[in-house]
Amino acid sequence: MKNKSLLSINDYSKEEHIQILDHAEKFEKKPIQNLLNGYVIATLFFEPSTRTRLSFESAISRLGGRVIGFADSSSSSVSKGETLKDTILTVSNYADLIVMRHPKEGSARYASEVSPVPIINAGDGANQHPTQCLLDMYSIRKTQGTLNDIKIAFVGDLKYGRTVHSLVIALCNFNTEFHFVSPPSLKLPNSIKRHIKKNNLSFQEYYELDNILPIADIIYMTRIQQERFSDPIEYERVKNVYKLTPDLIENTKENMKIMHPLPRVNEIVESVDESSKAYYFTQALNGVYVRQALLTSILGKI
Amino acid sequence: MIKENKTRKELIVSAIDNGTVIDHIPAKSLFQVIKILNLEGFENQVLFGTNLDSKKYQKKALIKVRNKFFKIDEINKIALVAPTATIIVIKNYDVIEKIDIEIPDQIINLVKCFNPNCITNHEKIPTKFIVIDKDELQVQCHYCEKIMEKEEIVFL
Ligand SMILES: [Zn+2]
Repeated sequence: MKNKSLLSINDYSKEEHIQILDHAEKFEKKPIQNLLNGYVIATLFFEPSTRTRLSFESAISRLGGRVIGFADSSSSSVSKGETLKDTILTVSNYADLIVMRHPKEGSARYASEVSPVPIINAGDGANQHPTQCLLDMYSIRKTQGTLNDIKIAFVGDLKYGRTVHSLVIALCNFNTEFHFVSPPSLKLPNSIKRHIKKNNLSFQEYYELDNILPIADIIYMTRIQQERFSDPIEYERVKNVYKLTPDLIENTKENMKIMHPLPRVNEIVESVDESSKAYYFTQALNGVYVRQALLTSILGKI
Repeated sequence: MIKENKTRKELIVSAIDNGTVIDHIPAKSLFQVIKILNLEGFENQVLFGTNLDSKKYQKKALIKVRNKFFKIDEINKIALVAPTATIIVIKNYDVIEKIDIEIPDQIINLVKCFNPNCITNHEKIPTKFIVIDKDELQVQCHYCEKIMEKEEIVFL
């Protein structure tokens, strides 16, 4: 994995995914390790994402590395009209690795083609967010003891949710049983369904939550954004269909965990947070370990 | 009888001594083929005919370019608009070679990404598409990873 940019979850093989998760496990046991002493890592957030940026910066700091960069493009030369290529070429003079988030799809892959230092994609528009995918995989493995043969239900916006698409694709390597719960207008795209079929796996689609609650090992909730709906009445209806409440999770499996890429709006009511099945905040913490594993792997320090 | 027809057809677009004939172009794609091969910028003699009768297809077009022998990569670019085309290499009025067009594995800097939020529509980057289905002609943008269907393909 040394010097290998991570732009899309498919850039790494199944074995490489597992290797990252194994390393992350070690960082969970011992998060403070001075492996990146003397290294400078740039975090270029052309579009703000406090959560992701802080997770990366926490990972870098715990490894003894230094962070340079910007938190949104208004405070950088980008606002003066500099091209992405010029920004990347300049910053690569100062940093050993670049973590970037950018509103345009494909920006990270393009950056990796002009950059002499490796790039980690921290989100490129609606396209990819591979470190989110890795932390989701880590969370599943940690709570279920394995990534194999998991019954997972994805709920909500399955059409535009990039985290869902990446995770489905990554899980196709692990004999996963997929259940997709969404309004008809926000179904999983055909290209992802084809990918599942190509891997000889099966999936089922539902409109309502009820049927999947008792069978799922993981319920992966997503945010349904109002702007996806042209009809406000349809949005109001859908919003209430996909809402997890303490009552609903009563009849779920003992090992079941609720995941969510965060931030949530109202798809999980706050009283669910008390349940031991609520995993979304720990899930976010796992992101730090996974990012530590990734940074040290790419920089050849592990 | 057949021979007579053939002779008459060849009279419509006169024969060339040396060069390339691109036959069986769907009539509606003729001008796109001219554009893709950049024939407008050619100094060589270029002859073309369209709405000709075809045995295989309803209406076809054909192009004859004198003293020009295309490289296979160059000619395969037209596969997107004229997958049925045949390339005939002519030397001394004789057919030397007949080649069927093949859809390439990659399409470089020929097609525009249909995703308005793709980085290739915002910075000066040569576009690149991977052909993921040659029968259905589905292509995937190397950058934004969006998949375009045949009908969505727009040339740069
Ligand atoms: Zn694109």
